[in-house]
Amino acid sequence: MGRKLLLEHINVPGINTFDVYRSKGGYASVEKALKTLSPDDVVEEVKKSGLRGRGGAGFPTGMKWSFLAKPEGVPRYLVCNGDESEPGTFKDRYLMTHIPHLLIEGMIVASYALGAKTSYIYLRGEMMPQIRILERAIAEAKNAGFLGKNILGTGYDLELYVQPGGGAYICGEETALLESLEGKRGNPRIKPPFPAIAGLYGCPTVVNNVESIAAVVPIINEGGDEYAKIGIGRSTGTKLISAGGNLKRPGVYEIELGVSVEDFIYGDDYCQGIANGKRLKAVVAGGSSVPILPANLILKTINNENRLMSYESLSDGGFATGTMLGSGGFIAYDEDQCIVRNTWNFARFYHHESCGQCSPCREGTGWMEKVLHRLEYGHGKMSDMDLLVDVSKKIEGNTICPLGDAAAWPVASAIRHFRDEFEWHVTNPSVAVTSNYGLAHYADPLPKPEAAEA
Amino acid sequence: MLSVQNTDAPVTFTPELLGKFADVVSRYPEGKQKSALLPILHLVQAELGWVSAPAMDKVAEYLKIEPIEVYEVATFYTMYFLKPQGKYMLEVCRTGPCEIVGATPIMEHIEKTLGVKEGDVTPDGLFSWRGVECLAACGYGPVLQIGPEYTFYENLTNESVDKLISDLKGKANN
Repeated sequence: MGRKLLLEHINVPGINTFDVYRSKGGYASVEKALKTLSPDDVVEEVKKSGLRGRGGAGFPTGMKWSFLAKPEGVPRYLVCNGDESEPGTFKDRYLMTHIPHLLIEGMIVASYALGAKTSYIYLRGEMMPQIRILERAIAEAKNAGFLGKNILGTGYDLELYVQPGGGAYICGEETALLESLEGKRGNPRIKPPFPAIAGLYGCPTVVNNVESIAAVVPIINEGGDEYAKIGIGRSTGTKLISAGGNLKRPGVYEIELGVSVEDFIYGDDYCQGIANGKRLKAVVAGGSSVPILPANLILKTINNENRLMSYESLSDGGFATGTMLGSGGFIAYDEDQCIVRNTWNFARFYHHESCGQCSPCREGTGWMEKVLHRLEYGHGKMSDMDLLVDVSKKIEGNTICPLGDAAAWPVASAIRHFRDEFEWHVTNPSVAVTSNYGLAHYADPLPKPEAAEA
Repeated sequence: MLSVQNTDAPVTFTPELLGKFADVVSRYPEGKQKSALLPILHLVQAELGWVSAPAMDKVAEYLKIEPIEVYEVATFYTMYFLKPQGKYMLEVCRTGPCEIVGATPIMEHIEKTLGVKEGDVTPDGLFSWRGVECLAACGYGPVLQIGPEYTFYENLTNESVDKLISDLKGKANN
């Protein structure tokens, strides 16, 4: 099992309280940053660490920070994105529930680096228990002199607040989140201007995922160069993976990026295989938005190399044969699961969550849901698969925000890799309502690379 | 179609609730009090059980914004109830990862046990239920939540649902 940088102390009794957290070395990064580093030094360390946004897009965090505009006399904001709503993803909830001070510590250091005097942690409204946990932790930190005026006597002031959303997946998109934080509907903004120039209240703003901000703590404690030694290639550091679906031991795992997918699914340190002794049929590796892959393609790349849990390895082969690390929402499907039903379920989700601003997404997600519903319930046509691909192509790339793409990819990838299962639903409508296609050939060894090219 | 609903019952906000409103407003810069809208609607719903048109009008007045600015927000976000619900609203996650570990049978069991359809209220006014989208608890499915505290109940089985419902009945009758 690899190193743990975020969850090392997660099982220490009372780690959710300030005193215990502090006794385990908590808030050392605040002391180090505020007393020995300039804000630009902190940004530099994060750049050196190679940390990539843990919310899904994987954009380098240090670079995002360096884009922040700094006009004189204009406040700057740091907003933490804890909207966590991507199906398959539950790591942030876990982190905030059990070790809330890690997020607060990271918020202080990141706010200092960006010159923010007021920062907000935006959580999805359903996370009321986590809001209460964080508010108590903030009060403890403030009481100990780590928040408020003149933190640790350094002259740096910071107020930190927790903001609830109202139940809307779209608010995980950073500009929709900012609209929501301003008390409006979560309609994504047209970019540019990017939040780094005009974000919250029109001021320069950085929006970062909960896990990205938490990762700043070990980066400052150990140094960016040390952090970058962990992981593989451009996938540096550790990543929280939310493992769900038909796994023997689902849960949140902190992995060193570069662990093999096979080890993650079957290894004793991780998920310990598929529940109930069943066989693996498919995996959604990075949250519902990323392409679904059959068992054979998630375990091996098309070149028959072991697939690794890293940004690069998971996307090896592009969308033809690969997928994405995304937010690390890892969903395993056993041989009894129906890919058509799952695709319909996801399509319904995106239709429900589309904000309605852009016609291709508002209308297209509804069409995909309807067509998939009829396929699942025995009224599909052979032409439906091409129709779905066609609709998905008309959404993809034609919307203000990436929700359109996120709705299109699961549908297109399911048909790409599981077309015969969809066709079986059309040719055996009554059977498909009561039973399913099973594992079929989806776990068969891949053809040799030469054969694949032929 | 979502629409705001009127009510004849007079809406008053207690001094205690107004104190909570003021605390929320103090988190934002001068003139940006509209940011308090979502948290305040949660507070109103926790107090009154749902958000009626008159309640929203009073919120608008409090925040010095137009009523439509409140309506458009309350109808956009899924957590705000635009009509009265049962005292306990069981919200069951129905999205992919929960679905493959049995969300649909759990919802069917709840429907049968409570004897009301999704969105309806039991005759004693105690319960409603509905399917909701991903609750970010995918490793512990099937899950449901109950407001206004939004307590989570994880790894649901028919038996644990039965126990939950009978516990809630007991709590309500005490």
